[in-house]
Amino acid sequence: MAKNKLDWHTGEQNNGRAPLSLENVHVSYATRRGKVRAIRGVTLDLHAGESLALIGESGSGKSTLGLAIVRLLPETAETSPGVITYRRDGREVDVLRLKPNEMREFRWSECAMVFQAALNAFNPVLKVWAQALDTAKAHGWHDKDAIRRRLVELLEFVQLDPKRVIDSYPHELSGGMRQRVLLALSLLLNPQILILDEPTTALDIITQRTIIKLLRELKEEQHFTMIFISHDLAIAAELADRVATMYAGRVVELGASDDIFYRPRHPYTLGLIRAVPTVTGGFEQLFSIPGSPPDLVELPSGCKFHPRCAFATDRCKQEEPELEEVGPGHTAACWHWREVEAELQRNPLHRGALNVLDVIEIDEEVVS
Amino acid sequence: MAPILEVRNLTKQFGKGKERVTAVDSVSFAIEPGETVCLVGESGCGKSTTGRMVAGLLEATSGEVLFEGKNIKQLDSAAFRRYRQSVQIIHQDPYSSLNPTQTVRQILTAPLLRHNKVKPGATAEKRALELLEVVDLTPARDVIDKYPHQLSGGQRQRVAVARALTVDPKFIVADEAVSMVDVSIRVSILTMLARLKEEFHVTFLFITHDLALAKYFAWEGRITVMYLGRIVEDGPTQRLITDPRHPYTQALLSAVPEADPELAQHKRQIELRGAEIPSLLALPPGCTFHPRCPYFAPGLCDVAAPPLEAIPEGGRVACPVRRQERVSLLV
Repeated sequence: MAKNKLDWHTGEQNNGRAPLSLENVHVSYATRRGKVRAIRGVTLDLHAGESLALIGESGSGKSTLGLAIVRLLPETAETSPGVITYRRDGREVDVLRLKPNEMREFRWSECAMVFQAALNAFNPVLKVWAQALDTAKAHGWHDKDAIRRRLVELLEFVQLDPKRVIDSYPHELSGGMRQRVLLALSLLLNPQILILDEPTTALDIITQRTIIKLLRELKEEQHFTMIFISHDLAIAAELADRVATMYAGRVVELGASDDIFYRPRHPYTLGLIRAVPTVTGGFEQLFSIPGSPPDLVELPSGCKFHPRCAFATDRCKQEEPELEEVGPGHTAACWHWREVEAELQRNPLHRGALNVLDVIEIDEEVVS
Repeated sequence: MAPILEVRNLTKQFGKGKERVTAVDSVSFAIEPGETVCLVGESGCGKSTTGRMVAGLLEATSGEVLFEGKNIKQLDSAAFRRYRQSVQIIHQDPYSSLNPTQTVRQILTAPLLRHNKVKPGATAEKRALELLEVVDLTPARDVIDKYPHQLSGGQRQRVAVARALTVDPKFIVADEAVSMVDVSIRVSILTMLARLKEEFHVTFLFITHDLALAKYFAWEGRITVMYLGRIVEDGPTQRLITDPRHPYTQALLSAVPEADPELAQHKRQIELRGAEIPSLLALPPGCTFHPRCPYFAPGLCDVAAPPLEAIPEGGRVACPVRRQERVSLLV
């Protein structure tokens, strides 16, 4: 297949250094009600070839963080203090200090963002080919034949029929096809990093699966460095090597996918996992998290999760905890993470699986 | 027990001439009082259209809706009004289903007074406060004078449920009622709905695209799977989820992303022959799933629409080829 011919950047050129590092990044929006503190100090390394999922509810800051990396935030947003360092081929740049023309170059050819496949991610009056051509030209690539060859390869990679798609307008494509076209376009300039914002939201289930399969291929066969932003824990479970839970503008827990799903140490992560059902898992007792996500203008004192937290004590109301190590490569920002650990020893998170034939035999016994 | 609701050969067509589509095609099912039934399927499968016909918001092109044994088309106007009160619908989007210029008090007392559920004044307020407590919006006094924009999405959806309860419904159609609510609070709304089922003997038709949610909400109930306007399979939830028989149900269940890395790793991958759902404007002949079905039998599946037939394990399956076959969803 065409994909084997593609020349992918896998980030190995960085001598083991992270292609992207965030250091104490802050983002706030000025509004009439006051300052919305959307991101409050995020420090994070994105390793070469890894896929990192940012999870959290609406207002947790996950999309703002994605947009901050490619600097596509609205003008009312202020990104400071904080440093975003990008590395490729031994070079290092401070993303937040790039000039507008350098920024245009950075976006798409170094770090591409794939938005939710709404129609408004496209120019509605341009055919797919024209969208690709525009993008390539804006980045100084004028060899039409080469651009077309590359686009055809990429469309084949995302399992679309190039003949059918290349001369279509966005509205002529289904949601799943649009998402795949967006993915192909994002790879056009051979970026090192892909940021995918809700890549499967609003798609039908079977279409979601085809997108997940494609992204898995990018991850497992091409070792692409990716950030997934999703409110859907399932996307993290299906695709992420590491997961960062965000709450009220901070990363409150970060660890390997299995640690986050089976050994979470932050009560918010635990709450999210206990709130989500599975299809093939055993029948699970689910719980919601009381209260609602915080008001980002008037944040609670101390730990921002304390008003909704079953483990909260007076200390949580006064002091906001920082991320601390709770296991190898696993950090959580909670004063009471040891109690969360003890709670999980009493009530483990492994749901087990509904074994098809077993369950039916049990049912037959009940009936007879 | 006699079903509280039954639909027979329910069909809905939209458009004229070449643009005519059959959104719901000859759908039949019955729901008994107290039962919870989930209608699941992808967008365009006709689940919401079915729900709207059941709630009397949309007239069927042909076929019948029977509520408490009576065809709703043959009801006199007083009886039709009673039916419309008895069957309430909760919509997906609590941001647009509540009037933004009205306070919660107005939203709740208007139907109470309009339908003579209470006497004006103090009693209407008392009932509104009671209903807010029923939907766990407490303290109710803090909520009653708020406008929808002052409430969170979850709180708004609770107000929508309270409004549905003002007219003492016997049957509630919940159309993607928690899809827009944050994951951390979905469960509490489902738990609240489940309590209404127990305390107020409300029967639910729960419409969703989310199979995991359907499994959780209707664990003791039934699931009906629709594809391109037709029912392809139904049955008790525990049978349907663990032992799906229709290839489309199997494809759907195996495709659902799982919020659990181990399950995600062990999910069977079912390869379909075609990725795209056919357009309702150009439906394939016979079983409409045949162009995508891995078990396609030429000369059989592409000839006549397969009938929904009962299986001994419970429910009905519209697939003569695979009706008897078990497939494990995990490998």
